[in-house]
Formats: sequence, structure tokens, C-alpha cells
Amino acid sequence: MTGRPPPIVVAHQVTKRFNSVRALNGVSLSIDPGMVQCIIGPSGSGKSTFLRCLNQIEKIDGGAILIDGELIGYRQVGNALRALSDAEIARQRLATGMVFQRFNLFHHMTALENIIEGPVTVLRRPRREAIAEAMDLLARVGLTDKRDSYPIEMSGGQQQRVAIARALAMRPRIMLFDEPTSALDPELVGEVLAVMRDLARSGMTMIVVTHELGFAREVAQDVVFMDRGEIVEQGPPSQVLLNPQHGRTREFISAVLT
Amino acid sequence: MTGQPAARPVSAELERLVGLSIVPRRHYGRWVAAAIILLLFAWVVKAFAEGQIAWKVVGQFLTAPAILNGLVNTVIMTACAMALGIVLGVLFAIMYMSPNPVLRGSALFYIWFFRGTPLLLQLLLWFNLALVFPRIGIPGLIEFRTIDVITPFVATLLGLGMNQGAYTAEVVRSGILSVEVGQTEAAKSIGMTRLTTLRRIILPQAMRVIIPPVGNEFISMVKLTSIASVIQYSEILRNAQTIYYANARVIELLIVAAIWYLAVVTLLQIGQFFLERYFSRGRGERRARHKASPGNGAGGQP
Ligand SMILES: Nc1ncnc2c1ncn2[C@@H]1O[C@H](COP(=O)(O)OP(=O)(O)O)[C@@H](O)[C@H]1O
Ligand SMILES: [Mg+2]
Repeated sequence: MTGRPPPIVVAHQVTKRFNSVRALNGVSLSIDPGMVQCIIGPSGSGKSTFLRCLNQIEKIDGGAILIDGELIGYRQVGNALRALSDAEIARQRLATGMVFQRFNLFHHMTALENIIEGPVTVLRRPRREAIAEAMDLLARVGLTDKRDSYPIEMSGGQQQRVAIARALAMRPRIMLFDEPTSALDPELVGEVLAVMRDLARSGMTMIVVTHELGFAREVAQDVVFMDRGEIVEQGPPSQVLLNPQHGRTREFISAVLT
Repeated sequence: MTGQPAARPVSAELERLVGLSIVPRRHYGRWVAAAIILLLFAWVVKAFAEGQIAWKVVGQFLTAPAILNGLVNTVIMTACAMALGIVLGVLFAIMYMSPNPVLRGSALFYIWFFRGTPLLLQLLLWFNLALVFPRIGIPGLIEFRTIDVITPFVATLLGLGMNQGAYTAEVVRSGILSVEVGQTEAAKSIGMTRLTTLRRIILPQAMRVIIPPVGNEFISMVKLTSIASVIQYSEILRNAQTIYYANARVIELLIVAAIWYLAVVTLLQIGQFFLERYFSRGRGERRARHKASPGNGAGGQP
């Protein structure tokens, strides 16, 4: 056990409910730095909710999440946990970058403006510097010529790549992807997956909710299968995807493949 | 026709149809309506031309100092009241949507009261505030006699501005609601606080929905300022009245005022057009590119 770095994300017995719906029912997962973790599972199984809890778009009802060793959402004061302020939560969110299924680019900003918005407004970096870095990021996702395009003027694949660049501009330690290719026309999926592959190769810690089993098999070190708010099965892709132990996993995988 | 295959006869028939000349449909109803409207219009023009209207007087008073002074006061009041209304509107819309029940409650009360009572009544209330609070200020530190503070200008500004705020709050709120939650989530995900998100992401996009009704209200406000004549604020209509009480040129001075109102409103409409175009950027119509885009590398230009 010596020499192994501590996990960068630890979720312990996380529960989250929406009224009567138990979206997460005691989810525990620990992720090492530099690792690509894929999450698969049927619709409504709580995959998005889990990612949204990790970057505190949703508040968890029970359990605990540590990111980089820091408890998120709360601070221990004596024997009690105090909820953090809006500003403190905003600061904690800087550790994670999020890529959404529907891109969620800021509609009123060009590609470049989308990318520099966080660095300039939140991190208070000099605009000139932010622009230079944004141009590097645009080059990295292959969209240098789209710097002045508004989201509406770009294809879904291009928007998603700008969204990835926007998240990367904040220099997060962990990138969260919530079905990043599910809203794309089939011929555009490849270009987004290529960017993600490249990112994984660069050593970024990534948690990816996806139905792209090929991508999961190729890039992920670990895959979890979720169903009804629980982790049903976890293991290397060769096991979970090719030789699943649980009936529900098998059912799901054959359903996705057909 | 006979039971034969009809290919040839049909195409001959088509040839013949194509050869016919087209006579447009006659819209008799429209002609009648247009004739009636033109008649009415001619009658009104004739009435004005032959009536006791001295157009020279209109021309003469169009730039009279009292009229121009009233015009300036009208414009200033419109601008100040709208500014107050928009600031209050944004403030109360945000309070209304706040999770804090006290903030929410006060916003609800404000909107309820100022939308629920006539503007004229509110104006009179402000103007007569001294009857309720003879002195205002911080007791023992600075105090003023209310009568000195609440001038016709201040009373009008408070009346129009606070009333406008109640309406604008609802407009701003619907504008904010029109922005998808995904935008807020994306803003959070890059570490923005609630207020930064509002300022940088939500409000600029809500503007697209907010500007058209607020533009309308701006235009209404120009005309609404005339109500302030009841509490002796000397806006353009009141000054016109003062003049015609003296010289009995009633219609002429009303026309003078009307011309100025129309002029101001026209300017505002032009401004609204450009504002709407600015805030709809990234939606629908593509704006003109400022620079040829393909492959112009990392310029430092924002
Ligand atoms: N904001 C919400 N309000 C109410 N129910 C929700 C909300 N978000 C998610 N849920 C419910 O939680 C469950 C898990 O949803 P989700 O995490 O989106 O699943 P997945 O991403 O795996 O499809 C579903 O039953 C869904 O209906
Ligand atoms: Mg989902």
C-alpha cells in the first residue's frame, strides 16, 4: 500500500432523495488521481445525480464526499457539521469541471468569451493571459477558427468541445462528464470522444457517465454499473463490460449493444 | 370522359390552361374599407385645416422657453423614474426569487401594494407625506422637515418610480425564469457565486425578454409624467396648460405638446430597436462579424 497516492475522490454512503424518489441509495466509490472512471446504467439510475452531488449542484442528504481530502459542503466545527456558505461552495467547485449532456454553453457569449468567462470573472486572471490560454485550449479541441462564433452558430459536437475547453480553462483537478455525447448526432460523437481520449492520455482524472461502451472499454480503468440509486457492479472494463457477474448488468449491456 | 388512357388530352388541356392570362382576385371589401378610411381622414384633415387652428401659433410656441423647459423636465422625470423603476424592479425580482422568506415576503408586499393602488393616489400620498411623517431623517443626527424634502419633483419621482418598480419586478422575474436552468448550472460549475451568476449569465440573457416590455413602459412613462401636473410638477403638458390659460390657444398648445411627446417617443422607439438587437446576440439572427474570422490566430483583442 505504500507509495500509492490517496484517492482524489471519496464518496462514502452517499444518499440523495427527491421527495419520495431515492435517487442515490448509499453510493460508495473511491477514485485515484489520473484515473478514468466510467459510470454506466439505465436511465433514472442516479448517474447524473451522483455527478451533480460531486460538484454540489445538488446537496446530499446523507453520507460524505471528500475531494482532494477535503469534505465538501460542510465544515466540521466541534462535533457538528456546518453547511458552507455560497462563496465557500463556489470555491470548492473549482476542483471539478463539469461537462453537460446539453452542453450548456452561455448563449450570449462567443466560444472565446465562454472559455475566458471563468478565468476572468471568477479567478480574476488578467484578460490577456486568459485569452492566450483560451486560444491554446481552442487549438487543443480543434476549434481555433470558431473563437468568435456564438453557440447557435456551431454544431453540437463543436459546442461540446468548447464546453470541454471552458471547463478545462478553470484548471480543475477532476473532470466530470454527464453523457457528453448523448445529445449528438451519431457522426459528431467521434470528435468529442477523441478530445476526451486525448484528455485521458494527458493524465486528467475523469468521471464519465456514458453509454459509449467502446469508449469505456478502451479508456476507463474502472467501470461501475448503477441501477436504482445503487452501485450494482464494479470492476475493470474487461469484467463489467465483457463478462458481467450480475444479471442486471448483463441485461443492460445487451440492451445497449442492440 | 371515355375509358381511354387520357394522357394526351390531359396534357393538351394543361397547355391550354397555362396559356390563359391571370386575373387577380378582386378584394371589393378592402376597396370599400379603404375608401371609408380615406374619406374619414380627409374629413379630419379638412376639419383641422379649416378649424380655428392658428398653425402659426403652433410654430411659435413649439420652441417657447416654457415649453422647452417643460420638455426637459418631462425627459428628466422619465429617465429618473424609469431608472428608479428598473433598479427597484431588478432588486425586488431577485428578492422575490430568494430562498429567504423575509426577502420574498417584502417583495410580495411591495408588488401587491404598488400594483394594487392607483398611481394618482400614490402620487398624492407621497406629496402629502408630511401629514404622516412631519420630519424625516435619523432622529438626533440629521432631520429635515418633510415638506422641504418632498418637492413636486421628489414626490413625482417616488410615485412614478416605485410604481414602475412593481411592474418591472414582474417583467424581470419572468425574464429570469426564461433562462434555462442549464445556464445556472454551467455557471455554478465554473465556480460562480449566486450573485455573479445573476450578473454575468442570467440577467444578460433575461434582457432579451425584459427589453421589449420595459421599452413599452418607457414609452408609457413619457406620457405618464403628465399626471404629475396635479402636484405642480412643471412638465410639458402642465406648462402648455399654463400658457393656454393665459392666451386661450387651447388646441394649438395641445398640438405643441403632442408634437413633442411624439418626437420623444419616436426617439425611444429607435433606441429600443438597437437595444433589442444588441441583447438578442447569439440568438436567431447572426450579427455582422467584426473581423474576418477563419484562422486569425491568438490576437490580444477582446
Ligand atoms: N431535480 C429533480 N427532482 C426530482 N426528481 C429528480 C430530480 N433529479 C433527478 N430526479 C430523479 O432521480 C432519479 C435519478 O435521476 P438521474 O440521476 O437523472 O438518473 P440518470 O442520470 O441515471 O438517468 C430519477 O428517478 C429522477 O427522476
Ligand atoms: Mg442522466
